Amino acid sequence: MAQKELLKMQHIDKQFPGVIALKDVHFSLRAGEIHALLGENGAGKSTLIKVLTGVERMDGGSVQIEDEQVAIRSPLDAQKHGISTVYQEVNLCPHLTVAENIYVGREPLRAGRIDWKEIHRRSRELLKRFDLGIDVTKQLDNYPVAVQQMIAIARAVDVQAKILILDEPTSSLSNTEVQKLFAIMNMLKAQGMGIVFVTHFLDQVYEVTDRITILRDGGYVGTYDTADLPKVELIGKMIGKDPEALDEGSRPSGQTDAGEEYLCLEGVGTDAISDVSLRLRQGEVSGFSGLLGSGRSEIARAIFGADRIHTGKVSVNGKETAIKTPLDAIHADIAFCSENRKKEGIIGDLTIRENIIIALQAKRGLGRAIRYSEAQKLAEHFIKELGIKTPSADQKIKNLSGGNQQKVLLARWLATDPKLLILDEPTRGIDIGAKAEIQKIVKGLAEDGMSCVFISSEMEEMLHCCSRMFVLRDKKIVAELEKDAISEASIMACMVGEGEESV
Amino acid sequence: MKRLRDRMEYRPLVSLLVILLLCGIISGGSFFKISVVDGHLYGRLLDILRNGSRYMILAVGMTMVLATGGTDISVGSVMAISGALACSIVDRRILLGLNGNVFAAVVLALGIGAVCGAWNGFLVAKLKVQPIVATLILMTAGRGIAQLIADGKIVTITSDAYYHISGGYIAGLPVPMYIAALMLALALLLTKKTAFGLAVESIGVNADSARLAGIAVEKNLWLIYVFCGVCAALAGLIESAGIKGADCNNCGLMIEMDGILAVAIGGTSLSGGRFSFVSSIIGALVVQTITTMILAFGVAPEVIRVFKALIVIVVCLAQSPAFMSRLKGVLDKKRVVAQG
Repeated sequence: MAQKELLKMQHIDKQFPGVIALKDVHFSLRAGEIHALLGENGAGKSTLIKVLTGVERMDGGSVQIEDEQVAIRSPLDAQKHGISTVYQEVNLCPHLTVAENIYVGREPLRAGRIDWKEIHRRSRELLKRFDLGIDVTKQLDNYPVAVQQMIAIARAVDVQAKILILDEPTSSLSNTEVQKLFAIMNMLKAQGMGIVFVTHFLDQVYEVTDRITILRDGGYVGTYDTADLPKVELIGKMIGKDPEALDEGSRPSGQTDAGEEYLCLEGVGTDAISDVSLRLRQGEVSGFSGLLGSGRSEIARAIFGADRIHTGKVSVNGKETAIKTPLDAIHADIAFCSENRKKEGIIGDLTIRENIIIALQAKRGLGRAIRYSEAQKLAEHFIKELGIKTPSADQKIKNLSGGNQQKVLLARWLATDPKLLILDEPTRGIDIGAKAEIQKIVKGLAEDGMSCVFISSEMEEMLHCCSRMFVLRDKKIVAELEKDAISEASIMACMVGEGEESV
Repeated sequence: MKRLRDRMEYRPLVSLLVILLLCGIISGGSFFKISVVDGHLYGRLLDILRNGSRYMILAVGMTMVLATGGTDISVGSVMAISGALACSIVDRRILLGLNGNVFAAVVLALGIGAVCGAWNGFLVAKLKVQPIVATLILMTAGRGIAQLIADGKIVTITSDAYYHISGGYIAGLPVPMYIAALMLALALLLTKKTAFGLAVESIGVNADSARLAGIAVEKNLWLIYVFCGVCAALAGLIESAGIKGADCNNCGLMIEMDGILAVAIGGTSLSGGRFSFVSSIIGALVVQTITTMILAFGVAPEVIRVFKALIVIVVCLAQSPAFMSRLKGVLDKKRVVAQG
């Protein structure tokens, strides 16, 4: 073990108003290792990375790079010390070309002018290492998010970095792309780079990392060799309790068959889908499964009036109902959590309380404001009921972690007392603990007679939650599976077009 | 209850008090003198309240528009339109059937303000034109419309009832003050008693989320621009009553910038979100106090603008948390050096 310590962070403290984000946290990184930084949402991973990259200043502690004490005051400082970062959300400029994005701020010059030929040549070469044979002179937003993510990583690798931080780089990548990324990570590791890898996918941790550091509630839990830490123990350490305590495996089975039909679509079409028919019953969780772009979100949006319905008939509770706007849907006791939590869910600058009551307020009409005391009571009720981690209901929602934001959005809809609840990717980017809690809540709601729709890219989660499965392909429902007919194999078969074709 | 320091009103209030205090010191106290003539109160402070009422009323409307992340730069032109219409009616140039009825003139002027606001709202909410571009249309065209109403002339009027809107007194205090107070009360009632305030804020912070949470974004935006138009029309009435006539070219010229400045000093973010009417009113008073101060101290005309600019810069810097914390850092360091 003669590897040298590349980075050593000790006794790191960081406070935000009302919240202790990091308390006495340690982290070390050796040259030539891939080190996973794990923890639930709100555990302090992002804050630690922000401190390391100079986005936030730490309140206490020390940072050493190659045994030298350093002060990182800005992202520029971090770059100078050889720290390069790829964030979860692509932060490139969509209107610049691929090559411009890679070389912005460090353009090679020739005779005092930018040497475009050189930039394009180098960009092509760089991307070739990633098996990306794309046109580097085209605008970045011509390419899908996954490609953009790869370009962001390529850029980070290309600056002469000693330390590479990858903050959930794989959440928008497909399996083959992830494998490509891992190959590149291993190559960089062999060259002596230290890589910090943040992810929610534990399988990937075991596939590619050497060591693991775990944080919980802003505190330091420990650093372990990956090979010595079984997955079950890892999960236990992350959530701070026995893994058995998690809601395990109970397949949805005992739900009553005779659920009343709540919503019926007949031949519904919008700009994105056409001729969709389905029935949703009360007391069960229905899943929309299909590949990305198969139309699963689009059907949900149509039901909720988020996208305009052009053709077909919608019946709620047996009565034909026109749903033109989200407000119409809310009046029909329908609720919808968008997959795009940040853009279409939270209202960042408003408090948790305001975020919870807003839909109820809209349902009751804006004419009479919900009294402060009632709003506060509602907020406190849901904070307790759903286990939202926050010092008070006055906290701005944008200060919460992703999982807690999602719970607030769930509370917003539960406050309206819906009969049909549609959740589009409610657990994306959320840690295991909160994920299990949300799944449990949804199943509980269905048992109490609510009609729920669950949409997720994760097959495991879908199998776990849904007792009825609508399988989609090319913007069409190609199969409706029930109970025992639901299995990974049967769903996959329908998705690729080998299963039953009739609905 | 939040502590005073944490409230949005705190910083603008401190700015206002400091400026007033400076005025008092420089003038040797005469700035604060209030005298009673014929049962009416007179003095610089009363001037500020009377002349500042236009800014206050504009600021109330502008606050809501800015809180949605929009802007309305047509308020000056709307003032000109409303003044031109009201004066032309009172002077019996148009709508002769009304026989110069002041009340009818006021109602119609406010109505045309609402129509102007509805036009802006239509462009912004329905057609999704960027607010600054959408209202630029009326800003440019509005003065032409006012000219058309006034037949290209400066309309001078003789009507005591109409003068009263600006120069009258009720219980010793100037009438425009009451109008401003009424608008403030109306706005507070509208946003606090109903959930309209929550709608405004949520639209300003994240319109997409607000829509999916069931807020009728288009309808509310529309309403907000109408309200702003009515506020502008009201300010136009006060201005025209003050100069006893309608001057289509100069009425409310560049006042939109003062209105936006008032709201900005009040601390409402121009990118939308949290807002406070009271804060904006204080901001409007700051803007007016600067003007009154310049007049009171007889600042030479050629340096008036520079003088005003300097004060605005200082006020804005004092409101900037980033600047103040940096200043504090520098001062602390000096103190440490001095002690060492």
